[in-house]
Amino acid sequence: MAEEVLAATGTPILALLNGFIVELREAGLPVSLTEHLDAMEAVKHIPLEDREAFKYALAATLVKNHAHWRSFETVFEVYFSLRGRDYVIGDELADLPEGLEDALAEMAGQGQDGQQGQGGGGGGDALSPEELAEMLYQALARGDDAMMRAVARQSVRRFAGMEPGRPVGGTYYLYRTLRNLDLDGVLERLMQQARQEAPESLTPLEERLEQDEFQTRIEQLKQEIEAEIRRRLVADRGVDAMAKTLRKPLPEDIDFMHASRDEMKMLRQAIYPLTRKLAVRLARKRRHGRKGPLDFRNTVRHSLSYGGVPAEPKFKYPRPAKPEIFVIADISGSVAAFARFTLHLVYAISNQFSRVRAFVFIDGIDEVTRFFEGTEDIVEAIHRVNTEADVVWVDGHSDYGHAFEVFWNQWGKDIGPKTTVLILGDARNNYHASQSWVIKEIRHRARHVYWLNPEPRSYWDTGDSIVGEYGVHCDGTYECRNLRQLEKFVDVLT
Amino acid sequence: MAPDPTAVAGSRFESVAQVRERLRTVDYLSDEGIAGIVYLADRLGKPILVEGPAGTGKTQLAKSVAEITGSRLIRLQCYEGLDESKALYEWNYKKQLLRIQASKSDGESAGWEQIEEDIFSDDFLLERPLLEAIRATDPVVLLIDEVDRVEVETEALLLEILSDYQVSIPELGTLSARQIPLVFLTSNNTRELSEALKRRCLFLHIDYPDMEREKEIVLTKVPDITEALADQVARIVRSIRQLELKKSPSVSETLDWARTLMLLGVEKIDADVATETVNILLKYQTDIAKATKELNTESSSVRKSGLG
Repeated sequence: MAEEVLAATGTPILALLNGFIVELREAGLPVSLTEHLDAMEAVKHIPLEDREAFKYALAATLVKNHAHWRSFETVFEVYFSLRGRDYVIGDELADLPEGLEDALAEMAGQGQDGQQGQGGGGGGDALSPEELAEMLYQALARGDDAMMRAVARQSVRRFAGMEPGRPVGGTYYLYRTLRNLDLDGVLERLMQQARQEAPESLTPLEERLEQDEFQTRIEQLKQEIEAEIRRRLVADRGVDAMAKTLRKPLPEDIDFMHASRDEMKMLRQAIYPLTRKLAVRLARKRRHGRKGPLDFRNTVRHSLSYGGVPAEPKFKYPRPAKPEIFVIADISGSVAAFARFTLHLVYAISNQFSRVRAFVFIDGIDEVTRFFEGTEDIVEAIHRVNTEADVVWVDGHSDYGHAFEVFWNQWGKDIGPKTTVLILGDARNNYHASQSWVIKEIRHRARHVYWLNPEPRSYWDTGDSIVGEYGVHCDGTYECRNLRQLEKFVDVLT
Repeated sequence: MAPDPTAVAGSRFESVAQVRERLRTVDYLSDEGIAGIVYLADRLGKPILVEGPAGTGKTQLAKSVAEITGSRLIRLQCYEGLDESKALYEWNYKKQLLRIQASKSDGESAGWEQIEEDIFSDDFLLERPLLEAIRATDPVVLLIDEVDRVEVETEALLLEILSDYQVSIPELGTLSARQIPLVFLTSNNTRELSEALKRRCLFLHIDYPDMEREKEIVLTKVPDITEALADQVARIVRSIRQLELKKSPSVSETLDWARTLMLLGVEKIDADVATETVNILLKYQTDIAKATKELNTESSSVRKSGLG
């Protein structure tokens, strides 16, 4: 491999870079060989001790899609956490916060002297929880970066209770640290302080702005704490192990079914640009599509001017197929997130379809098109779907068979030859009757019937999943676990 | 800045700090990332692909860099249907015809080959922006604006010039750059650019600036604004950007808003003023409604839930 050759001949930093890039590829980033070479060239031009510059140089040469930034950053932090200014030249820099700590500890101590007559002060390690809390408060009130970093270090040292060699990610330690810091209480205290300091009482707007400011600082503190935990973990367990543990999937690869809350938020943010992109692409495809079929009449008419020889074939204008879409989505439990994204996507590009109708079910079924009509805010509409739609019939456990039956009786006649039906769900039917004849009937009337399943293909037809039974009547069943697959499917659709 | 091909690449700036400093002199407030990548682009002789939301100063960056390096800015505005004859070069068809006719009327006995050689020479070539940038002898900055608007196929036109700084013209041969110009490509990310294009560029994502920088930008660009008002403007804009909106306010909209507040003689923004003028920051009715509602409540509903 070319990389290995490069690594063998290169200096340590190049070897390190090599491992870094291999890890980036493992995380799913498409890094080409040219980009690898560019990165090596780029780092020659910047001072290595400037960690930020180093990071930007690598990012500019290796990451060509902003959505991949988070994955890049995680890998970077793991690989270079022990090599940044906090560590290599850390001694002198660490001294500065230490000094601050002392000063603060004294300050806190004095405060307590006055109040309770207790002796305080002392080195960074000997800080009592109260002193640490005071420091935390001061750091946030002043918005002092160095102090925040010091507080983050102290609190991790004190509260995280990290055990060497324990194979966990940082989340557990983060939780333990934050639980001890009581940030909500601190925020409250900061707000009170702000209220007192203001010459007159704060208007709601000012209050709001103050709060946003403190929130931002608290976020920053959390990040410092996370970074500190990561640093310690890497020091304990080594770069490679941590890179693997902390690896973050790219937004388009996040599994709908297992997304964490943060990842959900990222998915929501990713979906809007995605819909816009899809709409542009589809519109373009329409416009530049192939010519329509031969227009026989027109060709014959024009052939008259060539003495009856059809020298100039004429074509019909392409008539773009604008299908009517019926989305039938399971919104029970774990598949709800998936249904939400699909509805979001379909509605966002609904101008590509002549009409979109949406139905949701658990064991009962309800039409929810009305929530989407007359509103521009899809997020709001989907929220209403989840709260207002009448989808429970007996017990609120998925019953595909019953839902389909009701659908067929109520709306089956609306399906016509222009209709494309999308069914979203994992087909986990809780061992109820499948009523797969409904799908068969639908397919007779509709143009296409597609089934999208958010489960990995290897889980299909295991346990109570009967996707195969329905699948035989569909034009296609697709595994649809992440945005990438969803996007690909929409391309098929139009 | 001598147009000597070997010396030009990598001699424009001495350090990242210097780039930043000089950008500041033309009122462009960069950050570490922006300045660093401009510096790298100069050193490596590579184009920069600038991406980010509308109105964050992507085009302005190219203009400012041109200004501080004393270069001429050559701009190619991309649009759907842009082709070779608009971007690269075109033969001056009319002049060629005249030349052929002239040779006939003069009764010249020059053979056809002579004429052919003649009419496909430099004199009959119309330079378009890309070729112009390649052949310039004075320092230039080439700006290829909104590259995501061209079709995927047309992107290929750019590849040769971006990687080798040369243009191949079948009748003339290959024209190489006399100097390596700084090249900026901007994109609003309405579609995925091809891998081939991205590979040849350094990637720079310009996001909305953080509060401190935005405040500084307001202070520099809006004359006579007070520090306190600029601070408030930046804070409110930051709060608005945290909402889930269709279109977040851009830097240019922030500036418009600050100017409006100045014209209205506002010294301190309260909820009423903010509500009345928020339509300068936001352009969608739903966004305006959301922001108005949000600005009149005391605590952020968005962040609160995320704190736990």
